[in-house]
Amino acid sequence: MSDIEERVKKIVVEHLGVEESKIGSDSKFIDDLGADSLDTVELVMAFEEEFGCEIPDDAAEKIVTMKDAVSFLTANSN
Amino acid sequence: MLRDKTAFVTGGTGSIGQAICNDFIKNKCSNLFSSTTNLDKAKNFDDQIKFINLDLKNITQDHLKENINFEPDVLVLNAGLNRDNLFLRMSDDEWNDVMDVNLNATFKLVKFFLKGMVKRRFGRIVFITSVVSFTGNPGQTNYTASKAALTGFCKSLSLEVASRNITVNCISPGFISSNMTEKLSDDQKNQILAKVPMKKLGNPSDIANTASFLCSDNASYITGQTIHVNGGLALI
Repeated sequence: MSDIEERVKKIVVEHLGVEESKIGSDSKFIDDLGADSLDTVELVMAFEEEFGCEIPDDAAEKIVTMKDAVSFLTANSN
Repeated sequence: MLRDKTAFVTGGTGSIGQAICNDFIKNKCSNLFSSTTNLDKAKNFDDQIKFINLDLKNITQDHLKENINFEPDVLVLNAGLNRDNLFLRMSDDEWNDVMDVNLNATFKLVKFFLKGMVKRRFGRIVFITSVVSFTGNPGQTNYTASKAALTGFCKSLSLEVASRNITVNCISPGFISSNMTEKLSDDQKNQILAKVPMKKLGNPSDIANTASFLCSDNASYITGQTIHVNGGLALI
C-alpha cells in the first residue's frame, strides 16, 4: 500500500470511526462507510490539510471512493 | 456564560451591536472581536472589544483572509444597512447596497468562518433580522427582502450543520431605540408606539440579552428559529 493510501485511510478511520479492515479501495464514503454529505466535505478539508493542497469544488465532487481520493492526491499533493 | 469563547459581532459601533458586545463582556466572553466602518467611533468603546475595520459592502474571501486572524465560536451578524425609498423611486444602488451589506456579506462571512466551527464541533450563529421582514413596511422593499432572505438562509443552514453542534438562529427586533430608529420623525414614532401593545420602544439590551441566551449552553437545543423581540407588536 502506498504512503498516500495509508494516510488517506488513517484520516477516514479517524473521521468516520470505521474499522480499517472494512475499508477497501473501492469503498464509497457515503454508501459503504456511512458518511453523510457533510462528512464528505469534512474529509476533503482534512485531505487538504494533511496533503497541503487545495481541492477545488468540482474535483471534490468527483471524490466518491477511496480510490478517487488516493488518485487525486497522488497527482496533486505537494 | 461565554467563558472560553471567541465571539465576533459585526457592526459593534451601532446601538444594538454595542449592546450585544457589552452583554458578551458581562457574560465573560474571553475573546471579543467586532467590525465597524468607523474606527474613530470605536475608540471610546470598552477596550475588551477588539475592533477591525471592515466595509461589508466590499468584502471578498481574500480580503477576509488578510484581515482576520481569529476563529470565532460565536458569530453575530448584526451589521445592517437601510436605504429607504418608495419602490417606484428606488435606484439600483439603493437596492444593491442593502443586499450587499445585509445578505451577501452574511453569505461571505458565514462561508469564511463555518469550516472552523465544523472542525471544532461547536458554533453559535445569530442573524439579526427585523419584524418588518414579516409584516412588510412601505419604503423598505430592499431592506425587508434582505432580512426575509436571512430567515430562509438561517433555516436551511441550521439543518445542514445541526449534527455538528452548531446552531443558527435569528433575532427579529421590533422597534428598538437605536441609531436606525432615531432617524424617524416624532410623528412616525407615535404612530409606531400606538401599534406596540407594551407602549414603548425596546432597548438595545433587550436584543443583547436574547443574543447572549442564544449563544449560551442554555440554548443548545434551539436551532433554525426566529426569536421575536418586539413588545407584542407582531405575533408570528
